[in-house]
Amino acid sequence: MTYKNHRDGLVELNRFHIDSNEEDISIMSAKKTLSNAVLTAATVVGFAGFTGAASASEEVRIVGSSTVYPFSTIVAERFGRSTNFPTPIVESTGTGGGFKLFCAGVGDDTVDVSNASRAIKASEVKMCNDNGVKNIIEVKVGYDGIVMANALGAFEYNLSTRDIFLALAKDIPDGNGGLKPNDNVTWADVNPQLPNTKIEVLGPPPTSGTRDAFVELALEGGCKQFEMIAALKDSDGDKYKAVCHTVREDGSFIEAGENDNLIVQKLSANSDALGICGFSFLDQNSDKVQAAKVNDVEVSFDAIADGSYPISRPLFFYVKGEHLSVVPSLKPFLEAFISDDATGEFGYLADRGLIPMGEEERTKYLNQIIKQMGNM
Amino acid sequence: MTDNIHPLTRAALPGLTQRYASEKRFRLIGLSAVVLSLSFLVFLIGGIAFRGMGAFVQTEMQIEVSAETVENHTGSSFALMRKISLENFEASARSERRLSVSMVGEGADEDLENALADLGSFSGTARVWVRASDDIDVAWKADLDPEMMTTLRPKQVEWLQALANEDRLRTSFNTGFFTNGDSREAERAGIGGAFVGSLLTLSVCLLLSFAVGILAAIYLEEFAVKNKFTAFLEVNINNLATVPSIIFGLLGLAVFLNVFGLPRSSSLVGGMVLALMTLPTIIIASRVSLQAVPPSIREAALGLGATRVQAVFHHVLPLALPGMLTGTILGMARALGETAPLLMIGMVAFIADVPGGFTDPATALPVQVYLWSDIPERAFAEKTSGAILVLLVFLLLMNLTAIIMRKKLEKKW
Repeated sequence: MTYKNHRDGLVELNRFHIDSNEEDISIMSAKKTLSNAVLTAATVVGFAGFTGAASASEEVRIVGSSTVYPFSTIVAERFGRSTNFPTPIVESTGTGGGFKLFCAGVGDDTVDVSNASRAIKASEVKMCNDNGVKNIIEVKVGYDGIVMANALGAFEYNLSTRDIFLALAKDIPDGNGGLKPNDNVTWADVNPQLPNTKIEVLGPPPTSGTRDAFVELALEGGCKQFEMIAALKDSDGDKYKAVCHTVREDGSFIEAGENDNLIVQKLSANSDALGICGFSFLDQNSDKVQAAKVNDVEVSFDAIADGSYPISRPLFFYVKGEHLSVVPSLKPFLEAFISDDATGEFGYLADRGLIPMGEEERTKYLNQIIKQMGNM
Repeated sequence: MTDNIHPLTRAALPGLTQRYASEKRFRLIGLSAVVLSLSFLVFLIGGIAFRGMGAFVQTEMQIEVSAETVENHTGSSFALMRKISLENFEASARSERRLSVSMVGEGADEDLENALADLGSFSGTARVWVRASDDIDVAWKADLDPEMMTTLRPKQVEWLQALANEDRLRTSFNTGFFTNGDSREAERAGIGGAFVGSLLTLSVCLLLSFAVGILAAIYLEEFAVKNKFTAFLEVNINNLATVPSIIFGLLGLAVFLNVFGLPRSSSLVGGMVLALMTLPTIIIASRVSLQAVPPSIREAALGLGATRVQAVFHHVLPLALPGMLTGTILGMARALGETAPLLMIGMVAFIADVPGGFTDPATALPVQVYLWSDIPERAFAEKTSGAILVLLVFLLLMNLTAIIMRKKLEKKW
């Protein structure tokens, strides 16, 4: 009746859980722990054994930006229905998270396509190259606008990027060549032409690509109009970034989650608040909310397409060149995505809020892609 | 008179009214707490039910089909549907042709095909029901409330009014909502894929966590010596039960996907991750129900010469099983409602095909709710609520089973 040997799998399993709570899981430690975790290992290996044969993944796997996700899914669904290939699987992981998965390596268990609401960074290209992903094909899909909206019937704002910076940045110039914490309480404090209502802006959290783009285009756009800050850019790049990219944290900017539908709902409940959301949400909710003009430009399909509306950004997806010959449906999918039917001026994605590129820019991009694919 | 009162009673008399009043107050506060929480619940579920009921029906419109058009047509049924909608909703300008075509919904061509097959050969014109587009659907379900028609163009509103005046719109039960996989077209989107995914995931989860959990509980409770080490184990297991579920997702990503190379997004991996999450719950519940079996039963079995294993498996386990099953079902119910751990292993994804096996890419019901809530098209708002309703019913059934099982099978000593 004595059971002295307690080093059964469970103990190690528990310890592993607790470790994972405190620090990053390194695969090495996971392996080491698991070599003891008899119980789990036995089960898992058992399963791995009989699933291994069936896991020849044929469908295209897409990860990345939540902004491109709605467009990507539409193309994926149509592609799955109109061809004999399996429907691609689209995950919304955020742009940065998408590149992490995309650059993890080449092979059956890695993803084929990564959506992005900004161009790939040099550091990400390096990460890809280090892991053997060398042929990265960049495809520009079109543009997306970010709007500042408020409830229909409330004040119709006309904001300059300068106003946006003064209302939402953490630190603003104090007029004597230095910086002071933002003390603007109402919109009238920012610009006498604006109403005397409290600054209340609902926006996405820092993990969101929409937030990144808003900060980069609207905040920085207003920020660099101040000479003293613009001068910082050359002398102290880090400081410049800190000043222009930091959103105030005293309650005037309210993080309302990644869900744009929620922001629209909150706006119609609170007519004093402004909200930051994608252009497609404005399009679908034009009975509830209206968009502010930015730098005197009213947001519209055309204003975003020709670049006169200041808060707009390009959308991309990146294809792993190495997979083109391995995953049979990848090339047809890529072709479906860049076809006139999808991303052309009158394509079905335009109906869903994507702002297509102009004819000239599109032709240029297409030629580039075809050339790149030809090289493989 | 007052002399007859017992001295103790007399001592209690002062302040009696206050004491009664305070008891009354307490009861009232308690009751209002219950009423408040119930009203929150009614408000929440009522709101979801109100919004979600629309998801179970689908608006259909009656269109006119002339025999001539059908006979002369040679292409696909999709092209035929297009031709017929142009005949029904006359568009003069080129730009209006698009509006005309988008009156009928995705999949209307299939409805047309079925209807024509049922009709057989006909002459003149016939009227058939086909599904309407999501914008028409939203407008019709809101009784043509102008606020719900903002996505329609004036010409489309005109056509819609005409159809309504001629009584050519109806709503019918939306079977597609239960059988279809995910779709970006609201009129085609269904929870079938997510439902099957949830079932597959839960069955893997049940298989693993029930077997491992109950064996672990029996060993720890009946066989392991009680010492510092087992006490340490117990603390750990209790601790694990409260670990945020996303941690288990990270574990699944690191171990099941990266080390063992199991297929991403599959219900197999999902089930394994959720099994790890529910294990502590099952172990704790199982140990408690084992503890509740009176020692006299073990002692009697051992006294009659049974081995320890026989005593446990022939006598203790059958008595403890109802409690174990209840714990398992509650654990499963929690697993059913989880999205966070699935996020890490790729199950939060757009997957249009209904999974056919454990290694196929799959999502789960709560994931479907999460994904739909983020879609701009308005028709998905009611789909989201509809999916929540289905999930709630599923959960309710599971919890109900747990309660009934406890009531029926539980033994009191």
